[in-house]
Amino acid sequence: MPTDNFIESSFWNFDALFQPQQHPARDQHDTFFLKDPAEALQLPTDYVHRVKRVHSHGGYGSQGYKYNWKLDEARKNLLRTHTTAASARALYRLAQKKPFTPAKYFSIDRVFRNETLDATHLAEFHQIEGVVADHGLTLGHLMGVLREFFTKLGITQLRFKPAYNPYTEPSMEVFSYHQGLKKWVEVGNSGLFRPEMLLPMGLPENVSVIAWGLSLERPTMIKYNINNIRELVGHKVNLQMVYDSPLCRLDAEQGSPQTQETT
Amino acid sequence: MPNGEIQKLIITEETAKIRPYAVAAVLRNIKFTKDRYDSFIELQEKLHQNICRKRALVAIGTHDLDTLSGPFTYTAKRPSDIKFKPLNKTKEYTACELMNIYKTDNHLKHYLHIIENKPLYPVIYDSNGVVLSMPPIINGNHTKITVNTRNVFIECTGTDFTKAKIVLDIIVTMFSEYCENQFTVEAAEVVFPNGKSSTFPELAYRKEMVRADLINKKVGIRETPENIAKLLTRMYLKSEVIGDGNQIEIEIPPTRADVIHACDIVEDAAIAYGYNNIQMALPKTYTIANQFPLNKLTELLRYDMAAAGFTEALTFALCSQEDIADKLGLDISATNAVHISNPKTAEFQVARTTLLPGLLKTIAANRKMPLPLKLFEISDIVIKDSSRDVGARNYRHLCAVYYNKNPGFEIIHGLLDRIMQLLDVPPGEKKRGYVIKASEGPAFFPGRCAEVFARGQSIGKLGVLHPDVITKFELNMPCSTLEINIEPFL
Repeated sequence: MPTDNFIESSFWNFDALFQPQQHPARDQHDTFFLKDPAEALQLPTDYVHRVKRVHSHGGYGSQGYKYNWKLDEARKNLLRTHTTAASARALYRLAQKKPFTPAKYFSIDRVFRNETLDATHLAEFHQIEGVVADHGLTLGHLMGVLREFFTKLGITQLRFKPAYNPYTEPSMEVFSYHQGLKKWVEVGNSGLFRPEMLLPMGLPENVSVIAWGLSLERPTMIKYNINNIRELVGHKVNLQMVYDSPLCRLDAEQGSPQTQETT
Repeated sequence: MPNGEIQKLIITEETAKIRPYAVAAVLRNIKFTKDRYDSFIELQEKLHQNICRKRALVAIGTHDLDTLSGPFTYTAKRPSDIKFKPLNKTKEYTACELMNIYKTDNHLKHYLHIIENKPLYPVIYDSNGVVLSMPPIINGNHTKITVNTRNVFIECTGTDFTKAKIVLDIIVTMFSEYCENQFTVEAAEVVFPNGKSSTFPELAYRKEMVRADLINKKVGIRETPENIAKLLTRMYLKSEVIGDGNQIEIEIPPTRADVIHACDIVEDAAIAYGYNNIQMALPKTYTIANQFPLNKLTELLRYDMAAAGFTEALTFALCSQEDIADKLGLDISATNAVHISNPKTAEFQVARTTLLPGLLKTIAANRKMPLPLKLFEISDIVIKDSSRDVGARNYRHLCAVYYNKNPGFEIIHGLLDRIMQLLDVPPGEKKRGYVIKASEGPAFFPGRCAEVFARGQSIGKLGVLHPDVITKFELNMPCSTLEINIEPFL
C-alpha cells in the first residue's frame, strides 16, 4: 500500500476508522497535531457524509456513538499515529472498483506518537500492517494467516487473547512464548474491521477485512537483545553494531519450523 | 419506590453554555462495608478516567441523601457568587479561591481547565442552598458519603448526554445489589430548561436479532443455534433461539453500552467459545503480489549504496527548526516545512525537509568511530504542498555524506555517477541524461557546490559543506554531501 505520506488528516487517521472524536487517543497527549498546514484542504464529500452519519446516528446495522460529529475536528492535520490510516485509504480505493475483487495488502512505514519517551519508546517508530479483504473471511482465517506470517519470522507457539481496538471487532492480541525470556510476549495486534468502517466506504456487505499489525522495533530489540531503542533508531545509533551485524536470516534459525508449503 | 415523590433535579438555562446535561438517580437503603465503599469510589474514578474522558465529558457526584433536602437545582453562576465548604476542607471558600487552591493539588489540577476560563461555573444546590457539588471539580463536604451512608443521590453532569446516561446506568447497576431491595434503583426526575422532564436512569434494555449462521460464518465455527445462544448467555447477553430456529434474539443490558453492532455480539460469542479453540484456516483466494514501485526502487538502491561502501542510517523525521534552517544557513520560512503545534521539546518542532541534519547528527554521535565515516539514508522528507488533499507530501530522498580529514568531494561525485549508472541515466544534457552545473548554497563551501539536473529537472545538490555547518553540527572535520530526490526515476 502506498504510505508515502507522514502527514494525514484526522479524518483518515481516526474518523474513517470509526474512532470517535472524543476518544482519548485524539488528545494532544498522544497525537502530534500540526500548526502548519493545520487543516486538510480536501476530503471526499459524499464519503465524509456517510462517516458523519454512522458516528452520530448509526446505520449500517449500528447504533452509532450518538454524539455531534464535527467536520472541523476531522479536518485537523496530524502526523499519522498508525499506518492503519493508509489502509483506510487503500480500502476506500478498493471499494470504488466495481465489481469487488479480493485483495491482500501490506505496508511497513513510520508512525508518530506524542507519548512519554523512555528507554523503549520514541516519538517515531515503524509499523508493519497486513490486510486481507475477501468474501467470507473468518476469525479462523485471521488466525491461519497470522500463524503463517509469524512462522516466516521464526515466531511460533502462538496464542490469541481477546483485545479492544476502536476499529476492529472481534479483536485479538497475539502472543508467542519466548524461550529466552521464559514468558509469553505480545507479538502483534489484529482483528476484523468493523462494519461501521467498511460499509460507508462502499465495500459489499459480505466482504470481511482481516488486519494485523506489529511494530518493527520491539521484535528487533528482543531478537538482538537491545535494551535502549536509541541504539537502534535515530542518530544515536551504535554504528559499530551496524558494521558488525550478521545477516538477518529468520528462516535459518535453529529448529526452524515448517510452513505449509515446505512440509 | 419511596414513600412520597421521587427526587427532582431542575436544570436551569445558564448551564447550557458550560455543561448542559445532567441525569440523576437514587440508591435507597444501601449497605456499605469498607470494601464496597472503596470500590464505589474507585468505580467513579475509573469511569472518570476512561468513558468520561477525564471528567471533560461527564463528571459524577455521589451524595448522602439524608443530609439533603430536594428538589435540587443544577445551575451556573459567576465564580465569585459560589461559596461552600468543599470535600475534606474545614472552611468555606469561593469558587475563585478554590481554583487557586487546587492549582497545586496533584489530583484536581488536571480538571481545572474544563471550567476555569468560563464566565459561569456549574453548581448544584439543594432546596436549602446547600452545595452538593461544583462539577467537574469537587463535591461539597456536607454531603460526604461514609461507610454508614444509607441513601445515595447520584448526579452525572457533562457535555455528552449519551455518555452521562451510560455512566449513570453503570453505577446504579453495579451497586444496586447492595441495596436492601436488591437490584432496585430509585428513579429521579430531571426537569430541563425548556420545561420538559424525564426520569432516570434509563436502564434501557435492547433486543438485537442475529442469525446463528452469521456468527458461525464470522468466527469460523460450526455451532448449533442453541449452543450459540448458550455461549452468549454465558457472556451476560441473555439469548434464545426464536422463529425458524436460525434466529437468535439477544437481550442487551444497560451495562453493555459497548454493544452497538452485531459484530460486538460476534466477538462475545467467539470469546465464550475460546479463541484458541477456533480452527485455523487460510484464505482460499489467490492474489498476485506487487511491490510499491517507490519502495522497490529504494530497496534496490539501498543494497548498491552499501556495496559502494556507505553505511545506512535510520534517522528521525522530526527535528528542530534550527536543524533544517539556521544550521544550514537558511531562514525557516524559506524551507516550506511542516510545523507541529505545541511541541513538547524543540526536537519535535518541524518535519525534516532534508536528510542531511540526521546524517550529520549521526556522525556527531559516533565521533569515536574510525574515519572516514560514510553514511547514507534513502527515506522520506516532508514539504508543504497545497495540491495534496492534506496540504503536504513526502518526497523520497537519497542522501550520502563523506566525513574525513579531506572533504572527499570526488568520492561523493563518484557516488552520484554510480547511482546514475544504476538508474540507467546516461551522462549528458540529452533528455534522459544527467548533468551537474556549478551552483552555490548557504550550506556549501563557495566554489565547491553543484546542482544535479536529470531528465530535465533539478533533482538536488552535491558539494563540500561550509565550515559553519560543520561547526553548528558539532563536527570538526571536512564533509561532502549529496542529496537528491529519487522520485523522477520511477
